[in-house]
Amino acid sequence: MYAGRPWTMREFSGFGLARDTNQRFRFLLDSGQTGLSVAFDLPTLMGYDSDDPKSAGEVGRGGVAIDSLEDMEELFRGIPLAKVSTSMTINAPAAIIWAMYLACAKKQRAKLRALNGTIQNDMLKEYMAQKEWIFPPKPSLRLIVDTVRFAAQYVPQWNPISISGYHIREAGSSALQELSFTLANGFTYVEEVLKTGLKIDRFAPRLSFFFNAHQNFFEEIAKFRAARRIWAKHVRCRYLARDPKSWRMRFHVQTAGCSLMAQQPENNIVRTAYEALSAVLGGTQSLHTNGYDEPLCLPAKESVQIALRTQQILAHELELTGVVDPLGGSYYVEHLTTEMERAAERYLKQIKSMGGVLKGIEENFFQREIANASYQFQKEVEGKKRIIVGVNHYTTEEELWKVPIFKIDPKGEREQKLRLKRLKKKRSSARVSRVLDQLKRKAETKENLMPYLLESVQAYATLGEICASLKEVFGEYREPASSF
Amino acid sequence: MSIGNLRAASKIRVLLAKVGLDGHDRGVKVIARALRDAGMEVIYTGLRQSVRSIVLSAVQEDVDVVAVSILSGAHMTLLPRIRKGLKRYGKGDVLLTAGGIIPATDQTSLKRLGIGTLFGPGDSTQAIVRYIRNMTGMTGRRPAGEVT
Repeated sequence: MYAGRPWTMREFSGFGLARDTNQRFRFLLDSGQTGLSVAFDLPTLMGYDSDDPKSAGEVGRGGVAIDSLEDMEELFRGIPLAKVSTSMTINAPAAIIWAMYLACAKKQRAKLRALNGTIQNDMLKEYMAQKEWIFPPKPSLRLIVDTVRFAAQYVPQWNPISISGYHIREAGSSALQELSFTLANGFTYVEEVLKTGLKIDRFAPRLSFFFNAHQNFFEEIAKFRAARRIWAKHVRCRYLARDPKSWRMRFHVQTAGCSLMAQQPENNIVRTAYEALSAVLGGTQSLHTNGYDEPLCLPAKESVQIALRTQQILAHELELTGVVDPLGGSYYVEHLTTEMERAAERYLKQIKSMGGVLKGIEENFFQREIANASYQFQKEVEGKKRIIVGVNHYTTEEELWKVPIFKIDPKGEREQKLRLKRLKKKRSSARVSRVLDQLKRKAETKENLMPYLLESVQAYATLGEICASLKEVFGEYREPASSF
Repeated sequence: MSIGNLRAASKIRVLLAKVGLDGHDRGVKVIARALRDAGMEVIYTGLRQSVRSIVLSAVQEDVDVVAVSILSGAHMTLLPRIRKGLKRYGKGDVLLTAGGIIPATDQTSLKRLGIGTLFGPGDSTQAIVRYIRNMTGMTGRRPAGEVT
């Protein structure tokens, strides 16, 4: 947060075909949104094309379907990429989707140096919590390091990773676990990049973070404050960064999706507003507020508008942008922050002594910790130790609000498959097999894969084809067997 | 021994499944523990199962209930396929229920296809336990040696 300058208002959106999401983007930009945020559908997140049998029923459902550069061009049609900042929630295939974005910007004649935005690109939390993976951890880390290095050299204003606690929290963790696991992941990435010889001050300023704003108001603010303290301390004292920009932790926040209830869903507007307030008082640089209808469906245009207005009311009517860290010095918030910081340091030591994050993932440590916390939470709700308004208290027989359900057109899947078929006829298949062969060869070396991924997407090789080629070299990840 | 007692004595076997590409497993893990704590035998498939592998597990494990967790929005495609598969393999009498983000209108159409009550955010695990007990009490398999 900067005094006098509001946070970036970014509503995560994506559904159906690229053209449908393009219209939603234009609506949001016209409504005063200041950055774009792309939600991809599950096949895209998992690296499958829309015509893959595994994609049946999922194309364009939970986000937008992107199979090739052609779809990316459609997604940003009429939106100048040199002027907007775009965040993309993409992880396992992040390097490929980013290559498509860069290729699309080049076609718009935008300079790579001028591009602003973020790719989430955080695989460690995927193995821990969100569980959308393709390759095993080691090659995944290599792809992440490749993007960080490529960004440092050619796209210097881009955040090549958004180290995310959001999904860890959504999977059921406590605030402390969200904080500790996210920082542990962040330090792991730093160490991986340092191993390649890049100096800390060359990439640390572009590492960004992403947290959840849940409901325990002061605890959440303490979490944001503790995160900044711990990051700055470690980057400065452990990794010896000299540039103050490296010490700064910049983060995006999303209000807690898992705090939204299907019962009396209109109450979700209020929940979201309070959660957003904690994020702003905690100093977020960028914010997404959820639509109140999200426990029922993807958010409708109307509910996204209320969500965006919630942020605008905070910024303009509550006049919250004039001050940095307004709760600094409060005896209670300072106490909570220090407690949170100490407890997180203890967790970090524990993770280190068990052999680090990768070891912990292999041994199901994080997955178990999260599942235990989430079951505990559920038992507290059912034992009424936690009151959830409209759910286990103040319930009503009849829902007073009728929430219109936003539906995705099921015809979209067929249309997208046709689009892909047409593309495959149009492009040069000789060129596609040449670039994919080259990519496989390079994947076996230690060379940075970004230039070859760029070449592949520019030949209109599809996401599924590129992932299949890389799987031949990298293998596929299998979830470690676990009891629940 | 009365029929009721015999039924209570045999453990209800539940296959909990994640279908399709969806990776959200917070809910399914909570339900797994709650059903186990309620005395049921729980088999969890793990993430990203195909319709076919769920149906085959239901047959092999000889379960009384198949409970599917789905938050991806693909329920209208995938749940009817599971129903069909179970019928094809002679497990049409198994209770098929699901939980996730499923709008009420879709629930009505799924019910018509013989899919049981669907649960969503805010529903208590105890309500799910009661539902499964009730339904298997009515349609569950009969313990060996039972005479009607």
